[in-house]
Amino acid sequence: MDLLGHYNYYVVVLLMMIGLYAVIARGNMAKKIMGLNLFQTSVFIMFISAGKVIGGSTPIYQQGTALYSNPLPHVLILTAIVVGVATTAVGLALTVRIREAYGSIEDDELIEDDGEDADEFEARQ
Amino acid sequence: MTILEWMPFSVLLPLIAAPVCALLPGRVLPWSLAMLSVAASAVISALVLPEAIDGPLRYAFGNWQPPFGIEYYVDAVNAFLALLISAMALVILPWARVSVNQEVPERQGPFYALFLLAMSGLMGITLTGDVFNVFVFLEISSLSTYALIAHGQRRAALLASYRYLIMGTLGATFYLIGIGLLYISTGTLNMADLAERVPEVSDSRAVQAAFGFIVVGIGLKLALFPLHRWLPGAYANAPSAVTVFIAATATKVAVYVLLRLVFTVFGVEFAIDMPYREVFFTLGIIGILFASISAIDQPTAKRMLAYSSVAQIGYIALAISLVSVQGLAAGLVHIFNHALMKGALFMAVGAVIYRLGSNRIRDFDGLAKSMPWTMLAFVLAGLSLIGVPLTAGFISKWALVQAAILQGNWVAVVVVLVGSLLAVVYIGRIVEAAYLRPAPENRAPVREVGLWMMVPLWLLIIANFWFGIDTSLTLETATRGAEVLMGVGP
Repeated sequence: MDLLGHYNYYVVVLLMMIGLYAVIARGNMAKKIMGLNLFQTSVFIMFISAGKVIGGSTPIYQQGTALYSNPLPHVLILTAIVVGVATTAVGLALTVRIREAYGSIEDDELIEDDGEDADEFEARQ
Repeated sequence: MTILEWMPFSVLLPLIAAPVCALLPGRVLPWSLAMLSVAASAVISALVLPEAIDGPLRYAFGNWQPPFGIEYYVDAVNAFLALLISAMALVILPWARVSVNQEVPERQGPFYALFLLAMSGLMGITLTGDVFNVFVFLEISSLSTYALIAHGQRRAALLASYRYLIMGTLGATFYLIGIGLLYISTGTLNMADLAERVPEVSDSRAVQAAFGFIVVGIGLKLALFPLHRWLPGAYANAPSAVTVFIAATATKVAVYVLLRLVFTVFGVEFAIDMPYREVFFTLGIIGILFASISAIDQPTAKRMLAYSSVAQIGYIALAISLVSVQGLAAGLVHIFNHALMKGALFMAVGAVIYRLGSNRIRDFDGLAKSMPWTMLAFVLAGLSLIGVPLTAGFISKWALVQAAILQGNWVAVVVVLVGSLLAVVYIGRIVEAAYLRPAPENRAPVREVGLWMMVPLWLLIIANFWFGIDTSLTLETATRGAEVLMGVGP
């Protein structure tokens, strides 16, 4: 068993678990988004690691190179990074709006309200 | 241009119209452009369907031949879904005009742009034959849906949108992990190509893990019990027009992705080897019972219908867990029929919100006198949801029960019947309030809504009865689709 050869994948799993844990266990909405980013990044590393060919050169067309790394995962991840940035932007924008509307971004402090009855709930407070 | 060359435009037209829409001022212009592009998309989808039933249409983007380029692969299953999405969007937009004017009074250009993006994302997921392309369109439609939900009038809409964003992104990333593992094992992302290569490596743990990640990821998107927690809040707090649209289309598209990946890419044998049937059967049954019972004591009509949607997803999960042509056909036909009835129900509730500003069930008291046509529509769509004969809902439940009896699966039959009885109870609460209780004396007089809302609502009601009597479009197309998925048809 080649332990060191799978180094990248251990990092992937570790980052993935840290990210997922942060999303689930953190109450702070900004921290949840950080966890989400970690989680996504770990998947990016997984794709990129899979594209590496040992001994291969950069995937640029030139004479004399027979072996080169697979460029496709990089392209896919470029797209996935853009998606991740957009998700983070929307998530943070929502967090800002929630802060404005509720005065807090701690999940536990916000009432599990659902419109109509919540208004009465607030009125009774 | 041939119909094959027009086919990609059913996705591209709304996508191109979206940024233009965002820049248009006022209220009429953005709406008109959205209407125009959605109508064109619906016409193209309607023309594509008969062609696709005869045999798959394949379109290679930029003439990069698959498996290297991205292709659109359209057969009976996704042409059926694409027609459903674009037709529902076309019916909803005229209804939305009035409702959106009230609920989103300002900056309607960006609102309709988001609507178009969500719609073209859903169309793209449906038509594409490339698993990574599915991820990209999934995120296009999801991100615009989060923003649409956040347009809700109450501040709870922000919270619901945030929670949906977290769950939805987790789901999409799980899906990404799944296709990453598939790519590592097979070296391709094209669905048809994957279908050929997956059997060779089906013993590999990586491919089995890919199956698990994909099913859980898509399970989050389709709100399969117990991954449904985001759905009631999102449906209840979104603007009414958005609720109608996502309730009718978004979860259905996720079901399609699941079917396509499980049956076309992994194949029937692989799915049977994995605990696919057991998981979906159990979760489907628990989902139907749990969500139907939860629906009964919800305080607001939108929340109640949202829980009912979770229960309907349970029926679909139950149908596709049977892994037979009849079962899959029942699932596909329920996707179509549920869009019709839930669309109509949410439109009726949206009309009440428009006039009353509330959808609390106790505010429905005596409403049948002041809004007779809206409430009649609610009752008729409710009958379809319950599954009374001559309605579309009956057809899909009948198909499901038949498929279950063919396999001697009596548990499924009993659960479907119990679920229908529970639907009588929760729909009955609103009907009782509207027809049997007196209107509160201190309420300001309520008028019936105008034609802009009434016509789309009644179009859907008529469709509910039409497809309850004439099943040639729905049941036959769904059966063809199921044969394609099971790999027994041409």
